[in-house]
Amino acid sequence: MHPLVASDAVSLRMMLDNREVSATEITQAHLDRIAETDQHVSAFIRTLDQSALDHAGDIDRRLSAGSRVGALAGLPLALKDILCTKGVETTCGSRMLQHYRPPYDATVVRKLREADAIVVGKANMDEFAMGSSCENSAFFPTRNPWDLERVPGGSSGGSVAAVAANNVPLGIGTDTGGSVRQPAALCGVVGVKPTYGLVSRFGLIAFASSLDQVGPIARTVGDAAELLEAIAGHDPRDATSIPTEAPDLHSALEAGVEGLRVGVVREFMGEGMADGVRQVVTAAIDRFAALGAEVVDVSLPHAGYGVSAYYLIAPSECSSNLSRYDGVRYGLRVDGETTEQMMASTREAGFGREVKRRIMIGTYALSAGYYDAYYAQAQRVRTLIIRDYEAAYAGCDVLVSPTSPTTAFKLGERAADPLAMYLSDVYTIPSNLAGAPALSLPVGLDHDGLPVGLQLMAPVLGEPVLFRAARALERELAIDSTPRGPGSLAQVAA
Amino acid sequence: MSLSTDDVRHVARLARLALSDQEVESLRGELSDILAYADKISEIAAADVPPTSHAYPLRNVYRDDIPQPSLPADEATAAAPQAEEGRFRVPRIVEEP
Amino acid sequence: MSVAPDASTQAQRAARDSGVEQAARFEAVIGLEVHVELNTATKMFCGCAIDFGGEPNVRTCPVCLGQPGSLPMINVKAVEYAIRLGLALGCDIAPSSQFHRKNYFYPDMPKNYQISQYDVPICLGGQLEVATADGSRRVGITRVHMEEDTGKTIHMAVHSERGAISGRIHGAEYSLVDYNRAGIPLLEVVSEPDIRSAEQARAYLTELRAIVLALEISDAKLEEGSMRCDANVSLRPVGHSVFGTRVEVKNMNSLRSLGRAIDHEIARQTELLSSGQPIVQETRHWNEDTATTSTLRAKEEVFDYRYFSDPDLVPVEPDSDWVARLRAELVELPAARRSRYAAEHGLAPGTAALLQSSGLAGRFDEAVSAGAPPAEAAKWLTNEVAAWCNERSVDPVTAALPGAHLAELTRLVADGTLSTKLAREVLEAVLAGEGSPGEVVAARGLAQISDTGALGAVVDTAIAGNAAAAQRVRDGNTKAIGALVGAVMRATKGQANPGLVNELLQARLKQAGER
Ligand SMILES: [Mg+2]
Ligand SMILES: [Zn+2]
Repeated sequence: MHPLVASDAVSLRMMLDNREVSATEITQAHLDRIAETDQHVSAFIRTLDQSALDHAGDIDRRLSAGSRVGALAGLPLALKDILCTKGVETTCGSRMLQHYRPPYDATVVRKLREADAIVVGKANMDEFAMGSSCENSAFFPTRNPWDLERVPGGSSGGSVAAVAANNVPLGIGTDTGGSVRQPAALCGVVGVKPTYGLVSRFGLIAFASSLDQVGPIARTVGDAAELLEAIAGHDPRDATSIPTEAPDLHSALEAGVEGLRVGVVREFMGEGMADGVRQVVTAAIDRFAALGAEVVDVSLPHAGYGVSAYYLIAPSECSSNLSRYDGVRYGLRVDGETTEQMMASTREAGFGREVKRRIMIGTYALSAGYYDAYYAQAQRVRTLIIRDYEAAYAGCDVLVSPTSPTTAFKLGERAADPLAMYLSDVYTIPSNLAGAPALSLPVGLDHDGLPVGLQLMAPVLGEPVLFRAARALERELAIDSTPRGPGSLAQVAA
Repeated sequence: MSLSTDDVRHVARLARLALSDQEVESLRGELSDILAYADKISEIAAADVPPTSHAYPLRNVYRDDIPQPSLPADEATAAAPQAEEGRFRVPRIVEEP
Repeated sequence: MSVAPDASTQAQRAARDSGVEQAARFEAVIGLEVHVELNTATKMFCGCAIDFGGEPNVRTCPVCLGQPGSLPMINVKAVEYAIRLGLALGCDIAPSSQFHRKNYFYPDMPKNYQISQYDVPICLGGQLEVATADGSRRVGITRVHMEEDTGKTIHMAVHSERGAISGRIHGAEYSLVDYNRAGIPLLEVVSEPDIRSAEQARAYLTELRAIVLALEISDAKLEEGSMRCDANVSLRPVGHSVFGTRVEVKNMNSLRSLGRAIDHEIARQTELLSSGQPIVQETRHWNEDTATTSTLRAKEEVFDYRYFSDPDLVPVEPDSDWVARLRAELVELPAARRSRYAAEHGLAPGTAALLQSSGLAGRFDEAVSAGAPPAEAAKWLTNEVAAWCNERSVDPVTAALPGAHLAELTRLVADGTLSTKLAREVLEAVLAGEGSPGEVVAARGLAQISDTGALGAVVDTAIAGNAAAAQRVRDGNTKAIGALVGAVMRATKGQANPGLVNELLQARLKQAGER
């Protein structure tokens, strides 16, 4: 592996600053790596080689001229294909938008450009971010670099797999119910769901508006912090954006966990978890105690209802959000005799099975006679879950749990059982309902040699303590994040 | 929670999805299972609990009434499957709103 | 679907029992839903300028086109306008209100949902006092809520010779959509079912329009669709309190068609009930050409709108200082203004109402405070100015007639500088932007000739040149003097003071007769 693609983002940025390497060299090394490995992983729907090299060349010119460059200058990044890029196809993993070129950039995309990150490609995803395996992409499934027969998780499977496969040091995903954290856990990288409202949703193609949040993906906690600082902050185009500055994650990053109270969520350590996951997670939590944190047991009594509430709220919002795909203004059209038939045929052909399933659930849950029992009741349960968290944080600084009940599963294994697939997100969903930040950190391998992720959670806008706790454990564990072992990318690509 | 084929067809019509008969049948089972699982929340007595639509309680987020540039001419219909003289073209409309 | 026995079945029974002269036995119960398009600078949820005319789809952006990923942002001015109308109607301003999504598919709605307000609208529970021939009536206001307008759809039919032409939806082969109007802020004003006749409905709409104009929140033109009115009409036997089956009537685009549509609907329902037939709950379309209503949508097809609060927006909670300030800044409302015009200026209620409905009350106030006699100012405004604006489709509010100019005009008439006829000419020139009345008189040399010496000579010439007419006057035919006056006016290009001409002619012809 080329040393530049093995390197983390912070180191690359330092080398660039010291003029030991150019942005063009960094970019070219990663494009070469993609050309070599993406045939096996299929992380990208589209690579943007020329615009990436043009941007890198521009950065190099500015560096030579002594002009300003951004905080992420020269760092290759995989962008989930759910964020609008002006004039560049943005498919959302759907046939519906296969040839759609947005007339504008998402705020996150604009911020990434201002930070001089190099967007090398648009990453694969479950269609409209609905799925936990990346198998619901309308185009092709992405594979897990640790075992190419297994799923990378989803829905941000493309961005996560690209980071895990050393195709890029940085990735952008979105997390509505665990779509950054769960694949991060399954691919052995760091994935963050920030506080709802910390990162702008403008230009993020909506799945469930009250839950969607853009999040950073990286191989180290420090890299993830750099990326989050670059994309966070108030956006006057998003009414749900919190009017606050981007958080300062650096000053306390290395402060350690001595004296912090770490709560282990009882409800997330019970049945339904694979033994291998339990062993690795328990061992990691023990290390917190060894580092001087006080580890305590906490309860989130209503967390067990999270998946139920989520599978009413998210589909309800999605059923309305996805109404705009009707064959009139953009995207796919399938002709029909009448406008009504054209719309119904377009939507039938343009949406995949899982998307239709969720539109149907949501339409039903909002329809006359069911709203109170389903949607309104789910929102009340949401209140109870928030209260549970508030009670837990009265005595804890951070909470921990496994990120996913299992390690990566085989392609096709859960395709026929939607409910089993939904339960992949049982530990991640409550943070979305509570709008609070959470992070998945790789903490070891199970007996099959597959990565296990630990989920760390913090109160709303508690990103500084979240990153600090994650960094302390990362330093202590010194995990090697390179995919290896039988069936891994390492076996097929040098 | 068990849905009938007619329920599925009614919802598909509200959602403008031209489902095949086979899809209607498979969705009938899947939706019934998912809704049965989701229905777990009915166990909770929460009548006195206020609903939450957003976790972070923002209020009064406004925009000033100051014009911003619209899209350049022709861009609005640039992505349209069918357009005519700057307008979006659709087939015959049968239902009125 | 089972139908509970209600007033309409009672009405049918009553009709069967008594047989004849049913019309007098039913009472109409009418509620109105009025949509008012606001005249803010930008749309409800995006920065697109509101600008009528021009090419289709040029006032659009990712937000109002419903492009993937776009998000709405509330226009604070629209909220302010909603509060102002709510205060004017005596509503409570909700301490917390929300935007909901109303979900249904239609190609003029870019997102296939309309952002509207549902169970927590911004204004609740007001009233409007309307004057009718039978005296004043209080109509309750259920609510005022904010929402976004839809785009415009034109329906095309292809003709062998003329190519594609637009027309009605029925028989059209395809349709074309323009989203320039999509997203313009609307206020929907819903009345209680307190209206009992077409006349009251018209009076209600007239008064609501006057308030909207006084608040300057909309140009409120029924003909152009910036104010739209739907009517819910039902009948019940006189003396009953239960409501009958309700029919919604749409597509009335003038006060006159509102009245005609309601009268027609009352007659239609009366006839059905009198012959023992049920009323079908439905939406009906008023057709101005045939003066009838026809079924648009039956109740069975009523949409399930699946309302839920829009997760892209946060609650509107106007703080009490803001509401108090808007209340303090509230302009004088039409009813108060009418009373004041009667008390201070002695204007008839009809004249005051006319000033308001034509949008000229502000001009009137300006003119009067600049010294114009109120009756004169009102006369000029409601006749000449209103007609001039109407002919040229000029909005009276924007007409170039400062109150001071009108006051000057009335002074020039009063002091004899201008005849009424000349004054009209001067007024037109002022409205056309040629300057103040004094400037127009000077530039055009229009001052009236009131000089006895100068006119005397012209009068003598006229008598000499119209000897036959002069003789008839001397013979006692007073009407014949008109020809002589006409001759003098022609000779002076209309500038002679007509009163003085008359006086001089009378004197000369009398002298001659005595001689
Ligand atoms: Mg409405
Ligand atoms: Zn717009």
